Amino acid sequence: MPAKQPASVDTEGFGRELDKIRDEVLASLGERDAAYIRGVIAAQRKLELTGRALLFASWLPPAWAAGTAALAVAKILENMEIGHNVLHGQWDWMRDPKIHSTTWEWDMASPADQWKHSHNFVHHTWTNVLGKDRDIGYSAMRISPEQPWHPIYLAQPFYNALLALFFEYGIAIYDLELERIPSGRRDPKEALAQARAVAAKIRRQIVKDYVAFPLLAGPAFLPVLLGNLTANMARNVWAHTIIFCGHFPEGAHIFTEDRLENETRGEWYLRQLLGSCNIDGGRLLHIMSGNLSHQIEHHLFPDLPSNRYAEIAPRVRALCERFGLPYTSGSLARQAGSVWKRVLRMALPGPGRPSAADSSAQALKAAA
Amino acid sequence: MILTRASVSPAALLHRLSGAAHWLTSPLLPEDYLRLINPLWAVEELYGRVEAVHAETCDAATLVIRPGLGWTVHRPGQSVRIGVDIDGRRHWRTFSLSSAPDRSDGRITVTVKAVRGGLVSDHLVRSTMPGAVLTLGRPEGAFVLPEPPPPRLLFVTAGSGITPVMAMLDGLRLDSADGPDIVLVHSARTPDDVIFGRRLRSLAARYPRLRLHERHTRTEGRLRPADLARLCPDWAERSLWACGPPAMLDDIAARWIGPADGIHVERFSLAPAAAAGSGGHVRFTRSGREAEADGGTPLLAVGESAGVLMPSGCRMGICYGCVARLRSGRVRDVRTGQVHGDAGDMIQTCVSVAIGKVEIEL
Repeated sequence: MPAKQPASVDTEGFGRELDKIRDEVLASLGERDAAYIRGVIAAQRKLELTGRALLFASWLPPAWAAGTAALAVAKILENMEIGHNVLHGQWDWMRDPKIHSTTWEWDMASPADQWKHSHNFVHHTWTNVLGKDRDIGYSAMRISPEQPWHPIYLAQPFYNALLALFFEYGIAIYDLELERIPSGRRDPKEALAQARAVAAKIRRQIVKDYVAFPLLAGPAFLPVLLGNLTANMARNVWAHTIIFCGHFPEGAHIFTEDRLENETRGEWYLRQLLGSCNIDGGRLLHIMSGNLSHQIEHHLFPDLPSNRYAEIAPRVRALCERFGLPYTSGSLARQAGSVWKRVLRMALPGPGRPSAADSSAQALKAAA
Repeated sequence: MILTRASVSPAALLHRLSGAAHWLTSPLLPEDYLRLINPLWAVEELYGRVEAVHAETCDAATLVIRPGLGWTVHRPGQSVRIGVDIDGRRHWRTFSLSSAPDRSDGRITVTVKAVRGGLVSDHLVRSTMPGAVLTLGRPEGAFVLPEPPPPRLLFVTAGSGITPVMAMLDGLRLDSADGPDIVLVHSARTPDDVIFGRRLRSLAARYPRLRLHERHTRTEGRLRPADLARLCPDWAERSLWACGPPAMLDDIAARWIGPADGIHVERFSLAPAAAAGSGGHVRFTRSGREAEADGGTPLLAVGESAGVLMPSGCRMGICYGCVARLRSGRVRDVRTGQVHGDAGDMIQTCVSVAIGKVEIEL
């Protein structure tokens, strides 16, 4: 959490500058962007076909390794650079029903429409607001001192590792919002209907990767099954890592609900900035992370095409400097280490002192 | 009746195969992968490849298109929606099919006249090269001759309004003794502007059952219904088929004295100009509800107060939880002030206000 707190921030001026960036990007969308996403989709599908074909020859260990790696990379691209961003409506402007947030379905356990609600709406609107944004610790972990401690959290380092391996199923269950049923904030019937949709989706996913393709491979049944399992888990661990690095490393602020009262456009931008962290890296890291390595830019402009985040990142960073605002960024190793440090620390009770995050956020709000 | 291409229908075979293969490609369709090899193998979403472009006049061209496997054979006079990607965005327009349905090479043609300021028509006439892939709808439209065709026909066309009639003429048996008696009155600016001019003139020269009257409007002025009666004295006793600009069609329809079921018109209307000012009447087509919207209230709020079950989310234009299909009309994005909207567009109702009359599929 930042030690230095800005004395006063021209929040609305900051917001106007960001609006300007947004308008510029929107006005310049065109052929180049369309070619980009179509190219990524075509490359991803060819890579997946290659991976599956190689796995058919998986009695050769190098073929197994290459096939599994290709499939894992294809699944990562499909979930992150393609699925996540298409479902955000980043490519809706193309008006291609094949690449549209309302028609897209992705290669993971959670059905797209349920995920769009919990992610696009709940998380992106109420980013890092305790009690509103369920993504804080995914309602299962304590990652902020403001969350009251409970002995169950002693086990969270263990179940966080487990969650990483089975992340897609974790997300699917998480989207059901089961923890809201006892308090009556969630209709159990509705949750049941959604659970059925999840089960139907999971069935198709499991039949594909663990029954149909292994059967097609005949004698290579087992290596294909193991290859698919490995690819799915590699994708799960990678997605978990990138996503946890987006909001939970040191420097990301947690807010309280009173912050939302009469929140202006500028204050909303400010909250998105303070609640998000970037990952430094090269082009490969950016595309493999679905450009969530530009988490700050993504949270400021969730519906701008992901290929534009790298272009606007230096401008956003310069704006933060000009307005005296923090811009949290670090290497993947540093950010992931920071997340795990937090998961381990928060497993234990305390710290008791008032959180630096909250007081600095309050200071920013007061200054604005 | 819609005919499938052949009894061996490769499309049906592919469909059955794809059902089984879907278990391997879920959540995508097998054709999403096949499309990587050849877009024409897709059947759910239909594509066509432009194989040739022939200039017809200085501002009109015929595109010869090989449709994908899912194409169903059209009837002469029908039209097809064509989706073209321009600057990354898909635009849909409807064009009459100018080819006869039974071409042995299985290809179809549309003949497009570049409209002044017309984004799509201009792109198709001037910037589309052989090899380009277009998105296709299915053949549609009721501007088709009955079977058997009426014995005496009168076609009145202007400009690119000749295109559906060309397909009809190709399907009529002009060489047979018991074929229909046809009068075709066609308007164009000059003889050089007549789309299919050479073909029409040679058909008329060969077959006495086809009488062709060209009206060159630059020298002779626009065709009036009175001229029609002079050129074809028995016009009210014929089965009349007219295709052209709205003013011409309205003129003819107003003066029609024959039986009500004797006149058939095909309108190709251009997008109506946006009404001045904002706000307007909003109709939600599925729920059947209607409301008056002002220029400041987003369509989401308009729908909600009218009792429509509106999907919604962040209500600030970021989550796309509220997108709905626009059936007609235009909207303004309250964030940018930009006015946009083509029929079929998915719009964000929470940040869109009505500009004039709007229909939403909800």
